[in-house]
Amino acid sequence: MIDVLIIGSGGAGLTAALAAKEAGASVLVVGKSYPTNSQTSMAQGGMNAALGNAGEDHIALHVQDTIKSAHGLCDEDMVRQMCADAPKTIEWLESIGVPFSRLDNDKAGVETVAQRQMGGASAKRACYAQDYTGLKILHTLYDTCLKEKIDFLDEHYFLNLIVKDGIAKGATFLDIRTGEVKQINAKSIIIATGGYASLYHGFTTNAYGSTGDGVAAVLRAGGAVSDMEFIQFHPTALKHSSILISESARGEGGHLLNSEGERFVDELKPRDEVARAIFKELSEDKEVFLDVRHLGEDKLMELLPQEVALCKLHEHIDPAKELIPIKPVAHYSMGGIDVDYALEVTGIKGCFAVGECSNAKVHGANRLGGNSLLEITAFGRFAGENAYKHSIYASTKPDEGRQLQKDRAHIKNIYTQKASVNFYTQREQLGKLFYEKVGIIRENSQLSKALDEVIAMQVLSNKIGIQDKSATNNTNLIDFLEFSNALLLAPTIISAAIARDESRGAHYKVDFKEENEDFRKHIVLQWKRES
Amino acid sequence: MKIKIQRDKSIEEFEVSPSMTLLAALYEIKEDQDASLTFMAGCRASVCGTCAVRVNGKEELACAYKIKGDELVEPLQYHPVLRDLRVDKNRAKETLVKTTAWLHESKEATLTHNDEKLTEKQTDCILCDSCYSACPVYAVNPDFLGPFALTRAYRYTTDKREGDAKAIIDNIQTNGVWDCTLCGECTAVCPKGIDPKMDITMLRGTSLQFGHSDPNFATQSFGTPDFGFDPNGGF
Repeated sequence: MIDVLIIGSGGAGLTAALAAKEAGASVLVVGKSYPTNSQTSMAQGGMNAALGNAGEDHIALHVQDTIKSAHGLCDEDMVRQMCADAPKTIEWLESIGVPFSRLDNDKAGVETVAQRQMGGASAKRACYAQDYTGLKILHTLYDTCLKEKIDFLDEHYFLNLIVKDGIAKGATFLDIRTGEVKQINAKSIIIATGGYASLYHGFTTNAYGSTGDGVAAVLRAGGAVSDMEFIQFHPTALKHSSILISESARGEGGHLLNSEGERFVDELKPRDEVARAIFKELSEDKEVFLDVRHLGEDKLMELLPQEVALCKLHEHIDPAKELIPIKPVAHYSMGGIDVDYALEVTGIKGCFAVGECSNAKVHGANRLGGNSLLEITAFGRFAGENAYKHSIYASTKPDEGRQLQKDRAHIKNIYTQKASVNFYTQREQLGKLFYEKVGIIRENSQLSKALDEVIAMQVLSNKIGIQDKSATNNTNLIDFLEFSNALLLAPTIISAAIARDESRGAHYKVDFKEENEDFRKHIVLQWKRES
Repeated sequence: MKIKIQRDKSIEEFEVSPSMTLLAALYEIKEDQDASLTFMAGCRASVCGTCAVRVNGKEELACAYKIKGDELVEPLQYHPVLRDLRVDKNRAKETLVKTTAWLHESKEATLTHNDEKLTEKQTDCILCDSCYSACPVYAVNPDFLGPFALTRAYRYTTDKREGDAKAIIDNIQTNGVWDCTLCGECTAVCPKGIDPKMDITMLRGTSLQFGHSDPNFATQSFGTPDFGFDPNGGF
């Protein structure tokens, strides 16, 4: 039996795999695509660590900034651990060969790693690799996994956890290529399946597949989720494609204009405030544009070449001469699988969760830029070590396969179900509904309407199904399973948002515009067990 | 606007909305016309490396290609086709293992902005497999390590933190640097502007420094030592 089964092959999963293997565990990493295809590749800006390479900095300041940004909703011990682990995590990444950007300071090792300013940070703290920080960390992790002979199982879609008496025993997967439903037994499990921001389909920077598959599986298996209502919106995505235009466009002096050509917000305020200001303009039927024309073509090509190319490709405009139409879109889910100090899932022993899928309570109500890459690597290692420790004493008695039978029947059922409603249309509807009613500016009446609509969609779910009946390589089926997970998570986000009658960080309610001390707590949700 | 797609059994033509990316067009077809159309996709922003296909015979990222009409879209070459445009990338990824493209022996080094620049381009690689698909060597040698694995080998041998560059160099002699024809097809299709041809050329130089030699040259038979001229110029 495998010691540590890791579900999800992004930065968090790969880091956990390396740490568990290093500790002595046998490891298997299972993912729905290939390891380097993950969302981690999209992280641009950097990874926070108080190294003080570019001016004075201290771990205490990093802790302070993170707590401030979290608006009182983080666990300060977890924040302290993450921030304190940051320098040694950079040291580890340096030792495996991450090609960080460098300073010219005649020093060696991590002391040469360049650091830059990011929003909400009191020092130049973000270590980076040009504008490809996530990509380069991810690929170096992957290279190192190959070196350490980590076993991978690619193109396997995670269906369910196998839990007996509150203890994780393994998981079931759909082999996307063959269509077979398989069971993998393990002594410990780590879920590293990413966030759920693509519930906002059509209004998110995330890939279509960020549907919170792991979060939904934990709910189904009796585990808890928390802080689901906290979703970070990025102020500047392209209007038609939701492709991210990096914050650096504003950092370099870009302006935000409405249809009247007026500036309406200080562009350098925190993400949540700028996003709200833009959303307000949009809801008054105005358009909002990012204006970088005054920077001039030469400077644009030098500073933001990728952004220029994306504008031309997706919006058919030349940012040197024209305004860039933008909108704020869902970018990162702060909430997720509820975990304890060891990153073990609340309600399921032997199952750990790390990365965007988990809520380790370090981001609270608003994530600080540069802390997500830190979380996946620092806590990725922690999860790997803890999962290994659990595996040493875990039972090796394999599960008898009841979940496997159930999941086989479920998949078979999907094939026979008549599809009178196209779920792709529903996916779009859900995204729009969430953006409009569970988005940047919320109000209780709208949230209640959204909940009604989501329940109506769930009721309708016996009319949706797959059109493609092929047994093998069926991506129609995968899209359907992903959508089902999104639909399952939707009410948790809405009901938590309804319950939270206040405004805090990314959660903003017009009926309750202030922070309320009574709500300085986490909303934890768990399905009632049928007796 | 029409596009043609090479599917399992035949080439099929679809009508799609104008002036969109190829990936958006593929999604449009799957959602509204034919849910069985099978392809691979991820981030939509040219960084996850999932959606490479061939358009009119040239490798492109579907998310970064704007359709003009009447294109023929095909799966990548030299990858087993799983279904329609969906291919098996495992075999191609194995070249990274054979190349041992990783840091073998980590040592602390003095690094500067210039050192960063030495491998900045190479580490932009998104493993989209475009270069692998474009490489004509695979038509004759399926065991060739190929452009992306060799670029990655170059990236680590050049890294000042690598204490054992020779280990990598030794692993890229067979089916490696000398099997490349330096045709430059890989360089022409790379969506990130990486130049594997140049990296391979550089690796040949390093290979010679480590005492390896071009096996093609060594096995060439010249019959007699008479080169038709005196290489020593009469001395």
